[in-house]
Amino acid sequence: MAWTWFHRLASPPYVYSLAARLTPWFAWPAALLIVTGLYGGLVVAPPDYQQGEGYRILYVHVPSAWMSLMVYTTMAAAAGIGLVWRMKVAHAVAASCAALGATFTFCALVTGSLWGAPMWGTYWEWDPRLTFELVLLFQFLGYMGLRAAIEDVQRADRVSAVLAVVGVVNVPIIHYSVEWWNSLHQTASVMKLSKPSMPPEMLIPLLMTGLGFTLLFGALLLVRLRAEVLSRERAASWIREVVAGEAARA
Amino acid sequence: MTPTRRRRLILVLGILAGVGIAGALALTAFQKNVMFFFDPSAVAAGEVKQGQRFRLGGMVSKGSVQRVPGTLEVHFTVTDFKHELPVTYTGILPDLFREGQGVVAHGRLNENGVFVADEVLAKHDENYMPPEVAHSLKKNEQPAAREGS
Repeated sequence: MAWTWFHRLASPPYVYSLAARLTPWFAWPAALLIVTGLYGGLVVAPPDYQQGEGYRILYVHVPSAWMSLMVYTTMAAAAGIGLVWRMKVAHAVAASCAALGATFTFCALVTGSLWGAPMWGTYWEWDPRLTFELVLLFQFLGYMGLRAAIEDVQRADRVSAVLAVVGVVNVPIIHYSVEWWNSLHQTASVMKLSKPSMPPEMLIPLLMTGLGFTLLFGALLLVRLRAEVLSRERAASWIREVVAGEAARA
Repeated sequence: MTPTRRRRLILVLGILAGVGIAGALALTAFQKNVMFFFDPSAVAAGEVKQGQRFRLGGMVSKGSVQRVPGTLEVHFTVTDFKHELPVTYTGILPDLFREGQGVVAHGRLNENGVFVADEVLAKHDENYMPPEVAHSLKKNEQPAAREGS
C-alpha cells in the first residue's frame, strides 16, 4: 500500500524512534553548511559596490527571514493535517514548530534592524515588509500563548490548529509585500523567477547558509518533536519500555 | 479518504479560501494606507491632500544635489522619471544617500511646491556586486543589470 508510510507516521513510538535516528543526518550537514557558508560570506565574498562590508549581515538576515516563512508554512501544513486526519503526531509537529519559528522571525527582525540603521538611516519604519514580518512574530507568539492557555491537549491542538491554518495568509503577503506596495525594503534578490541579482561568489555562501538553516530547523524540530511526543504519551506503556531500553544502553 | 475526513478537508480549505478572500479585500481597501511612500507622479496627480504630512520616494536626480556652505542644509530633486519634485532638508544624510540612488523623505509640501523634509532615508535595490564589476559596468557606459525592478 502506498499509504503505509503515512499511516506509520501516525504512530508515536515509530515517530519517536525515527526522529532519533534522523536527527544526526540533519544536524551534521547543517553545522557544516552554516560554518562554510558563513566563512564564504563573511571572509571570502567580495564587498558590495554600494554597501561595502556592511551588506554581509545578509548571510544571517536572509536565511532567518526565509526560515520564518518556511517554519510558519510547515506549522500550518502540520496543523491542517492534524485537523483533517485527527493525527496526534501532526499536532505535535505543529506545536514543536512555534518556538523555532518565533526565534527565526525574531532573528530576521533584529538583524534587519541592525542592517537598516547604517544603510537606510533608521532602525525601524512602518514599512509593509517590516510590519507584516512583525505580525508574523505575533502570530507565532499568539499560537504559543493560545496553546498554553488551554489545559486539555486535544482541545488545545484543535483550537490552535485553526489559528495556525488561518494565519498562513500572511505568508504570501510578506513575500509579495515589496512588489505590491512602495517599500523601503529592497525587492527579492534571489527568491524570484528571473536570475539572482548577485554574482556567484556572493550567492553560493548565501545558498549554503540558507540550506544550513533549513537543516538546522529540521534537526531542532526532530529534537523538540521527541520531547513533545514524550510529554504527550507519558502515560503510555511503550514509553516505559523505551525509557528502560535507553537506560539499559546508557 | 473517508467521508468524514473529506468533509473536514473541505471545511479547512473553505476556511482558508474565506480568510484569503477577506484578507485580499481588506488589503485592497487599505491599499493607500499600506503604501510606504508616494512617488512624484502620485503627488502631481493630487493624491496627497494639501498640507498633509507624507513620505516622498524616488530617485535623487543626477546633478541636483546642492549643499548650502557652512550649514547642514541640502537641496535636491526627487524623480520617478516622469515627474520630479524639489526637496529641501537640514540634517545628516545616511551614508548611502547619493545622486541616482533611491530615497524616501518624510515631510510636507510648502506653499511654493517644495517638499520640506525632516527625515531622509536611503533606499538600496536588490542588486549586489563587487566594486570592480560596478566600475567596469560604468566604464563600458552600460547601465547596471536591473532585472525585475
